[in-house]
Amino acid sequence: MTQPGGMAAGSEHGDEHLGDPGRANRQTPEQYLPDGGVEPPAAFDVADVHPELADEAVVAEIVAPDRDIRAEVGEPLLQMQGVTMRFGGLTALDAVTFDIRRGEILGLIGPNGAGKTTCFNAMTGVYRPTEGQVVFDGKPLGKIKRNEITRLGIARTFQNIRLFSDMTALENVVVGTDARHRTSVPGAVFRSKRHRAEERDALDRAMALLEFVGVGKRATQQARNLPYGDQRRLEIARALATEPKLLCLDEPAAGFNPAEKVELMELIRKIRDDGYTVLLIEHDMRLVMGVTDRVVVLEFGRKIADGLPRDVSADPAVIAAYLGVPDDATA
Amino acid sequence: MSTELTTTAPAAPHLGVGDRVRLWWDALPRQAQWVVGVVGVLLIALLPVLRPPVLTTVGTDFGGVLAQFGMYALLAIGLNVVVGQAGLLDLGYVGFYAIGAYTVGLLTSPSSPWNATDDWLSRDWAWLAALPLAVAVTAVSGLILGTPTLRLRGDYLAIVTLGFGEIVRLLADNLSTVTGGGRGLNQIAYPVVAQSETRPNGIFSAGNTAVPFNSGTFWFWLSLVLIVVVLVIVGNLERSRVGRAWVAIREDEDAAEIMGVPTFKFKLWAFLIGASIGGLSGALYAGQVQFVVPTTFNVINSMLFLCAVVLGGQGNKLGVILGAFAVVYLPNFFLGRTELFGIPIDGNAIANYRYLFFGVALMVLMVFRPQGLFPARQKLLTYGREVYVMARKAATALAGRGAGTAAATTTDRPGGAR
Repeated sequence: MTQPGGMAAGSEHGDEHLGDPGRANRQTPEQYLPDGGVEPPAAFDVADVHPELADEAVVAEIVAPDRDIRAEVGEPLLQMQGVTMRFGGLTALDAVTFDIRRGEILGLIGPNGAGKTTCFNAMTGVYRPTEGQVVFDGKPLGKIKRNEITRLGIARTFQNIRLFSDMTALENVVVGTDARHRTSVPGAVFRSKRHRAEERDALDRAMALLEFVGVGKRATQQARNLPYGDQRRLEIARALATEPKLLCLDEPAAGFNPAEKVELMELIRKIRDDGYTVLLIEHDMRLVMGVTDRVVVLEFGRKIADGLPRDVSADPAVIAAYLGVPDDATA
Repeated sequence: MSTELTTTAPAAPHLGVGDRVRLWWDALPRQAQWVVGVVGVLLIALLPVLRPPVLTTVGTDFGGVLAQFGMYALLAIGLNVVVGQAGLLDLGYVGFYAIGAYTVGLLTSPSSPWNATDDWLSRDWAWLAALPLAVAVTAVSGLILGTPTLRLRGDYLAIVTLGFGEIVRLLADNLSTVTGGGRGLNQIAYPVVAQSETRPNGIFSAGNTAVPFNSGTFWFWLSLVLIVVVLVIVGNLERSRVGRAWVAIREDEDAAEIMGVPTFKFKLWAFLIGASIGGLSGALYAGQVQFVVPTTFNVINSMLFLCAVVLGGQGNKLGVILGAFAVVYLPNFFLGRTELFGIPIDGNAIANYRYLFFGVALMVLMVFRPQGLFPARQKLLTYGREVYVMARKAATALAGRGAGTAAATTTDRPGGAR
């Protein structure tokens, strides 16, 4: 129901990109340069190393090799079934139930302290729910280890950036691709055939992903030296590298200016169009209303609304949660 | 490296000596790298033969010092995997060194109840047979220590490993029926090869004192071969999923776990590999000295190994070898010297106070260069070479040009520099 509209909007944006290849990619780094257009010393053109990556269609193909897994669009991918999280006497989540459907961008919003990040942590295995369960792709997550949850297909970014700061941007993304790799110590010591194939594949995919999010030119810079906005994009690339079915973004636009937020919205749509399902936690209402297909609203750990962005923003309970209840309304 | 730019001209990237060396090394073709590597190793191997007057130690045999350096270099490489790469602070590394040495000792010393040299081992090749066993036993001990303790983090892990180091030493000291207690184990086997009239027990025997080709020189050469082998193995691991996982764990363990890194498994691997290399070094030690006593494996030695790693630069496997050289060589350099550059000194006293000087050196280092003398910039990608060569060339080309043409040059030369 919400799906067709959302998809159409998304593909329009996709077309824009095809019409003007690489526009978004080139724009981003320049914003951080005082004299416009001069590359920082260590930057270089990825196309020199991987000429084929100049073509955006090729990039998209490498980023999402199975992009036409749209068969089950609309089916629930992740189900929160009465999830309750208690920390001592504090109930951070109270019987929260909602679905994330394949191929949608779901916004999770709520005032500060509403339990959004707790909800995230319960999904990605950082916390174990006190009650209820999280079912992903038909499988209850129960006691599955965090790294295995990632391999099942949930990837996330962090509210406060947590990159591997000593590694280069490229290496950060390759760590993400390693989630799908099988080589262990013996394979690496003897440089087995599989190891070499995996390394090649990892490098190509990581480069493509960096191009995709628009930090390709900074591939060999250490993550700590990247500008703030690029670090946020790099986190998205690293999460995408694990080949997730569900991508969870925890306040990806925190600290962005309006122009950067617009670019981020385009990027999120592009990601969804590549066949990923996206869960978005965000404070910025314009961004949430502009990009999401459906919104779930939390307040004090309870779900108070669930529906189309338009309907939710008109919901009196949501308005009350965000703006407070006027005195005369309660009387 | 800073990415800040001024409006007038791009700041030339600040290149230290290490950066220049790396730049030069990365720009060399593969064959040239091999040639330079082989020549370098050969030059180092020639040290005990040439005995350069500036370097040669006075108070003790230079070959013996180099042999000890070889063992410490192995220890530093092994400890670097655990501490430098995976970021697991191991304060009881000497325990693995002891287990390696005692395994060889227990199997080949006549004073050990498990002496196998009368039995199924010939004394001539007993040491060689005990070597892989020693490595295997230490690997298992690493597994036994690691499995329960690697769930701990940071300080807690450090304390548990510290305890482990002490436990191993105390066991060696108190199980006198097996380990000989404080008397230790003597007459440990060594490889008996190349016997001649002047060297009746072969070149590796402690009785071979014919300078410059004395036993120290041969043990140094043997350890040099093992160092190269270990470096290749560790280097291959570094440039693989395993090495990246280690660095990711070091940087942010939780984030690594959430990005799909099986952190416990790879921490255990780091521990196991570090332990095996420590055991290898211990086996070398037992063979060279032909005698092990518990006091050799005091916890202070753990600190000395750690000092070598921190001094050399955590995470840089070549840097820590130089750190090991400093730790072994400097005290021996002063030993027996009564004057330096015409200034009268008490060299023996300086050598005796080595822990004091290393302590001060570490404190100074932590203030001015916390990353160590040769900080790490390991390559974590097997096929990253082409990417990095490209990026570095672009960087140096840009550094030499004005701001206006900088952007153009990167894009104007598609693949031209390859």
